[in-house]
Amino acid sequence: MSGAFGSIVELAAGLRAREWSCVELATDTLARLRDSQAAVNAFISVDEEGALAQARAADARLGAGDAPVLTGIPIAHKDVLMTRGLRTTCASRMLERFVAPYDAHVVARLREAGTVLVGKTNMDEFAMGSSSETSYFGPVRNPWSAECVPGGSSGGSAAAVAAGIVPATTGTDTGGSIRQPAALTGICGLKPTYGLCSRYGLVAFASSLDTPGPFAHTAHDCALLLNAMAGHDERDSTSVSRTAEDYARLIDANAGTKPLDGLRIGIPREFADDALEPDVVASVEEALAALRSLGASTLDITLPRLSYCVPVYYVVAPAEASSNLSRFDGVRYGHRAAEYDDLFEMYCRTRAEGFGAEVKRRILVGTYVLSQGYYDAYYLKAQQVRRLIAEDFTRAFAQCDVIAGPTAPTCAFTIGAKANDPVQMYLNDIFTIAANLTGMPAMSVPCGLSKQGLPIGLQLQANYFDEARLLNVAHRFQQATDWHSRRPS
Amino acid sequence: MRFEIVIGLETHAQLSTSSKIFSSASTAFGAPPNTQASAVDIALPGVLPVLNRGAVERAIRFGLAVGGTINRRSVFARKNYFYPDLPKGYQISQYETPVVSGGSVTIVTDTGEKSVRLVRAHLEEDAGKSVHEGLPPELGDVSGIDLNRAGMPLLEIVTEPDMRSAAEAIAYAKTLHALVTWIGICDGDMQEGNFRCDANVSVRRPGEPLGTRCEIKNLNSFRFLAQAIEYEARRQIELIEDGGRVEQETRLYDPDRDETRSMRSKEDAQDYRYFPDPDLPTLVIDDAWIARVRDAMPELPDALRARLVQAYGLTPYDAEQLTLSRALVDYYEAVTQALEARDAAAYKLAANWVLGEFSAARNRADVAIEHAKVSPRALAGLLRRIADHTISGKIAKDVFDTMWSGEGSGDDAADAIIERRGLRQISDTSAIEALVNDVLAKNAAMVEEYRAGKDKAVNALVGQVMKASKGKANPTQVNEILRRVLASGK
Repeated sequence: MSGAFGSIVELAAGLRAREWSCVELATDTLARLRDSQAAVNAFISVDEEGALAQARAADARLGAGDAPVLTGIPIAHKDVLMTRGLRTTCASRMLERFVAPYDAHVVARLREAGTVLVGKTNMDEFAMGSSSETSYFGPVRNPWSAECVPGGSSGGSAAAVAAGIVPATTGTDTGGSIRQPAALTGICGLKPTYGLCSRYGLVAFASSLDTPGPFAHTAHDCALLLNAMAGHDERDSTSVSRTAEDYARLIDANAGTKPLDGLRIGIPREFADDALEPDVVASVEEALAALRSLGASTLDITLPRLSYCVPVYYVVAPAEASSNLSRFDGVRYGHRAAEYDDLFEMYCRTRAEGFGAEVKRRILVGTYVLSQGYYDAYYLKAQQVRRLIAEDFTRAFAQCDVIAGPTAPTCAFTIGAKANDPVQMYLNDIFTIAANLTGMPAMSVPCGLSKQGLPIGLQLQANYFDEARLLNVAHRFQQATDWHSRRPS
Repeated sequence: MRFEIVIGLETHAQLSTSSKIFSSASTAFGAPPNTQASAVDIALPGVLPVLNRGAVERAIRFGLAVGGTINRRSVFARKNYFYPDLPKGYQISQYETPVVSGGSVTIVTDTGEKSVRLVRAHLEEDAGKSVHEGLPPELGDVSGIDLNRAGMPLLEIVTEPDMRSAAEAIAYAKTLHALVTWIGICDGDMQEGNFRCDANVSVRRPGEPLGTRCEIKNLNSFRFLAQAIEYEARRQIELIEDGGRVEQETRLYDPDRDETRSMRSKEDAQDYRYFPDPDLPTLVIDDAWIARVRDAMPELPDALRARLVQAYGLTPYDAEQLTLSRALVDYYEAVTQALEARDAAAYKLAANWVLGEFSAARNRADVAIEHAKVSPRALAGLLRRIADHTISGKIAKDVFDTMWSGEGSGDDAADAIIERRGLRQISDTSAIEALVNDVLAKNAAMVEEYRAGKDKAVNALVGQVMKASKGKANPTQVNEILRRVLASGK
């Protein structure tokens, strides 16, 4: 067997039809993982033994009947999510050898759902970046083009699915870190509503923005993953308490030839941007036409404060990060400088050695915007504008059901092209940041290939807790198109 | 020109919850280092705080007790700084909007009653402890960190600069201590550090604006608080009188040398970069929650003080002293219940004894009131014998000591001791006359002095008669008879 590029739905069906076993699936996955490492570098840690043990248990569970749908499905978690007994590095020298004594809530939920954890994926250090180049463990390469980045910060998770290694991975999205790499690698990536999936065990970058979510080839698979990941967790005070829902219920429903009849899709005027690559514009236009042919209507909407998203984000996120990363001080765990004369020097050297350049840049920016005399002008103002941006979206969702547009302004760019220009790098998140600032759900669906053969993503956004509809729109689009079936050569 | 001392206090009261303010770790005192520190307390990556509602409830109770405003919405903020015993690199506290605003505490000193206004009371977590002594020698020259205390729930109570002397500051601290233990939100054990004060001290000439203040940190006994304030005020006054200027700074009190020392100046003050903690939603307290807390409140010291003055005719000072602890008032009221005579004199006598001999003996023995060796009924039995002149006050003290030392512990212990030791007061006139005549015969010189117009000599003679009677003679009668005999012999 192979199982490469198989979707969760397909693999789960094969397991139940006894076409293959969980152990076979895991063995093949681990082989692909090893073979791809040199070219893609999608993984930081691999757990062969653990994966096979879990696969054997999954086979037993399947044999006993009544196994949940994700039983035996190989998965990899972004290395910012704590995994009990398997090291969690955040792609940083600071945590190079850190082994967590507990599972993140979403990791535990997916474990209980029967998934087989094969390893931890590479990423931008502490999830700070849009290219997965800042990892202490070396950059991740885009399976579609080895010279290109896979996007970031969850680049390893996206590349692992795009390269056909695993059918599913988790990521975290603080300003687009799931959706942008999904777009740049031609797969689906979902950022759920803030609070829907617990942040417990997610190493905090920007607490008010961080959101765990799934990667997969299809929206249907994302729905199955979200079913397992979502749910109240009393250890996270920002986790919402809601009745459980089946995020695949609309997907499973029979909908005829016009499945999106009545759906109103808002097209923000502000998305027309000079920085947009023509291929991206063309693919998104084509995708909108496809959605219309499925029964949806499109209308122009306006989001007047959209242009403030990037500056607001680059005040709020570094501010929270500067505080969140203070715990990495060399006192209790993680890297500690080998030599120092006093406490102050121990702190300085530890953090100078342990953190990379981008992390340091954000800590500095964050420290600055929170300092006395600047707080009101930066942090407080940014939070006020953040509320206004959320009001824009709430108003827009009174007119339409989903908002559509490009996920990223460009296709995957060359490794190193933006590494020394933070502002250019930050502008990659121009379309994705809003959903983090508002807390609303959004996802990226593959919708085309550029002339160079690089993937393009369509971003769909919805109102709070409207994931079922969001996933259904993406699913119906994927039923009508085959972009998600294209493979890197 | 005289200076006025201006004092404001910040008190950290550790709340009596069984688990920490943001984690489920135990708050029990004295466990081996780092055995009561959860993943949240040691700030492992990825962990999150969850607010303990018991801590909030205690803050509400405090707010109601001091007549403050319970803010319906309050916000937790991060106070960012690096220190090895601060695991997250920030302390979760409340900054712009505390859980309680305003309120006041009434204090009583020799100069009367006074209201000390509160600025606020806010919830926060404690830090861990750096350990420099008692570490295993094989570790070499290192410092240890004990995170058992990290995350302990604290209520920081901040006053306006309303106090004008060390005595007022002590009165406030004692009254506040009594209040927080009274309403059951803090165990108040100062040796364990669960009630500690920081004092802001400044001086000024009367009528002038407030002077520059210095903050003295971590005063964990009432005595140190008084000494630190007195030293600091003296230091500032001398500095100004010598033409110097007080610099705003944080100082530490050294009890061994009885002085305060500079810890850090205003220039060294850190920028804590406060901002709302994104891990904790706004704390919302609704009217129903406040009502539930109010319904469960015990009678407050203020109300009880008023009742003691009204019902027992006590002075405000005695009432204040009795209400420094709930257990003490309960003891006092139990004594009054057991008294035969129900009048102001009897209540006053009971108050004197409970605050005097009884409290002194209890302090010496260092036992809780509930475990005192003399029960309220037994003390009432003793007071009855003072009131009916069976024994004098002086003899009564001996009887009390005998009772306390365990000799006769029943309700009638006093009577038993008086009988057994023959301490009954001598009130028989002829017996006293005999003693008087005997003493006068032996002290001719003193009699001469008296006759020469030195009236004070009579006191010495009374003393001799009392001594001859082994303290049992009724002193009033001795006085009368002595004067009569002296007068008649003229």
